[in-house]
Amino acid sequence: MANVLVVAEHLNGQLRKVTNATVAFAKQAAGLTGGQVHVLVLGSGIGGVVEEAAKSGADKVLFEDSAVFTNYLAENHGPAVAKVAQDIGATIVCAASSTFGKDLLPAVAAHLSAGMVSDATKVWDDGGLKFMRPLWAGNVLTTVEVTTPVKVITVRTTEFDALPESGPAPSEAVATGVGGTDAAEFVNFDQVKSERPELTDADVIVAGGRGLKSAENFGMIMELADLLSGAVGASRAAVDSGYAPNDWQIGQTGKVVAPNLYFAVAISGAIQHLAGMKGSKTIVAINTNAEAPIFQVADYGLVADAFAVVPELTEKLKALGV
Amino acid sequence: MKILTTVKRVTDPDMKVKIKPDGTGIVTDGVEYKMNSFDEYGVEEAIVLKQNHGGEVVVVSVGPSASTKEIRTALAMGADRGILVETDAELDSDAVARVLAEVVKKEQPDIIVMGKQAVDSDRNQAGQMLAAYLGYPQATFAYSLEVADGWATVGREVDGGTSTKRIKLPGIVTADLRLNEPRYASLPGIMKAKRKPLETMTPDDLGVDVTSKVRVIKYEAPEERQAGRIVETVDELIEVLRNEAKAI
Ligand SMILES: Cc1cc2nc3c(=O)[nH]c(=O)nc-3n(C[C@H](O)[C@H](O)[C@H](O)COP(=O)(O)OP(=O)(O)OC[C@H]3O[C@@H](n4cnc5c(N)ncnc54)[C@H](O)[C@@H]3O)c2cc1C
Ligand SMILES: Nc1ncnc2c1ncn2[C@@H]1O[C@H](COP(=O)(O)O)[C@@H](O)[C@H]1O
Repeated sequence: MANVLVVAEHLNGQLRKVTNATVAFAKQAAGLTGGQVHVLVLGSGIGGVVEEAAKSGADKVLFEDSAVFTNYLAENHGPAVAKVAQDIGATIVCAASSTFGKDLLPAVAAHLSAGMVSDATKVWDDGGLKFMRPLWAGNVLTTVEVTTPVKVITVRTTEFDALPESGPAPSEAVATGVGGTDAAEFVNFDQVKSERPELTDADVIVAGGRGLKSAENFGMIMELADLLSGAVGASRAAVDSGYAPNDWQIGQTGKVVAPNLYFAVAISGAIQHLAGMKGSKTIVAINTNAEAPIFQVADYGLVADAFAVVPELTEKLKALGV
Repeated sequence: MKILTTVKRVTDPDMKVKIKPDGTGIVTDGVEYKMNSFDEYGVEEAIVLKQNHGGEVVVVSVGPSASTKEIRTALAMGADRGILVETDAELDSDAVARVLAEVVKKEQPDIIVMGKQAVDSDRNQAGQMLAAYLGYPQATFAYSLEVADGWATVGREVDGGTSTKRIKLPGIVTADLRLNEPRYASLPGIMKAKRKPLETMTPDDLGVDVTSKVRVIKYEAPEERQAGRIVETVDELIEVLRNEAKAI
């Protein structure tokens, strides 16, 4: 019964796409352990999420619809996930390497006395399960082995493609018996509202750096992104300078993205930034400094003033009917 | 208020690490070490808490004897006392958390401020594991922190925006980059730090077996991206994006 448990992540009543990619990882892992993939949904009013999760390619969806889980708290979710993992005989417990997964899974690992791997990019078996993970801001890859019977994994979802929609898997209510902590309270979630795709799902990302010099100047970045139905990203320095919200940050300590097309505009290309975007398929760099390290990873570089060429690019693409 | 803060000795993040040809580790010759960047934010926040609430800041590191340098840096910034749990073992975050749990049980701090992530191993686990081992609440990825009436109110960086969480103390907070501006150690600070107490103990003294649950089998370099080419004009960029990369 070497099952794989995926902890589902949802927002505003919808399954986050990072969960679908995590199921794809889990399917590979279950192929190696000979078990099934079970997705666990915790929350309240989660009927729609359970339905979506049932079509993710998992073998079964487990859920507990309870007011205790209305707002995510590691103090409640942690013991609940650990309990379900034990009940279904999971040998792998996984979630996306999002802020949710990063916050929750180490607690689960401690509850299960399990070893934990962050940001797994691969799983295979060569006489024992092995995982690959990047570290040192992506400058090193390691092959690791977890010596405990249960292994807790956060998944670098850019490395796994969601499975095609499947016929609905059965779903089953579980009762974790978690009563709710009195040592922690959720106060609020201040969502950055946007019509744009999420950074981690976007096909195209236009990212701006400190060279843009103001929040207003991000306007031209957004315009290009909107034309291409893309998302907007930023360097740490742009966030620090207040030009962009923190949620846009890409890099070692922000989001890791791998779109089809990535524009780095007025971004120098520090290793901490590259750590978050060098898996992109095509990289375009626009920078006035021909020596900027970003040009070493870019497929196409344009040594030019962003203030001149970004609006020109947007206008010309519009004229071409893009 | 007694504040405990943690520092890890890591390779200088501005240097590019090299991997040993046999894949058994990274080249350590000529490598410079410093305090983990996120721990600078943690130490700064601990000092600010002491300034506002009084009390004591205890700084703890788990690692080789050379880590006394990073502890001294924290003492020079303004921490009061250091503890080194000395070991040369390769530690996963779980082993670190189990060691820290014993230190916490001895020290009984009101709040523990850590970094969110060590920038060498990039794991982002130790604080959350420590909280679970101790049965304390956690508030990770903090960009703001207020303490009053035995509770901490923490603004957190999360996907999709920001979130606020309140935790009852004792509890654990992990620092993100917007939390504060870490101070530099002043010259008088550095002089004073030399005389501040620094206690050394071993995991054995604490009764902790530091055998890691995760073993690294091999280190390798990722495939490097090849630099592409420079285009001269916006028209040329559009042309290659459409016809060569087929990206637009
Ligand atoms: C612990 C730690 C974690 C970090 N994590 C991250 C992270 O996750 N993500 C991240 O991005 N950074 C991160 N950083 C910061 C990183 O080291 C760099 O400081 C940062 O990426 C620099 O951002 P930038 O390229 O926008 O700014 P700069 O380095 O200042 O570069 C600005 C660029 O704009 C160009 N420019 C200026 N004007 C124009 C113009 N008119 N047109 C075109 N180009 C122009 C300049 O030539 C320059 O190359 C981290 C740092 C630390 C210490
Ligand atoms: N060896 C260590 N000694 C002291 N603190 C550590 C050590 N390793 C990790 N930490 C703390 O735990 C945080 C998260 O580390 P990690 O889980 O390894 O990414 C770091 O920012 C440190 O504050």
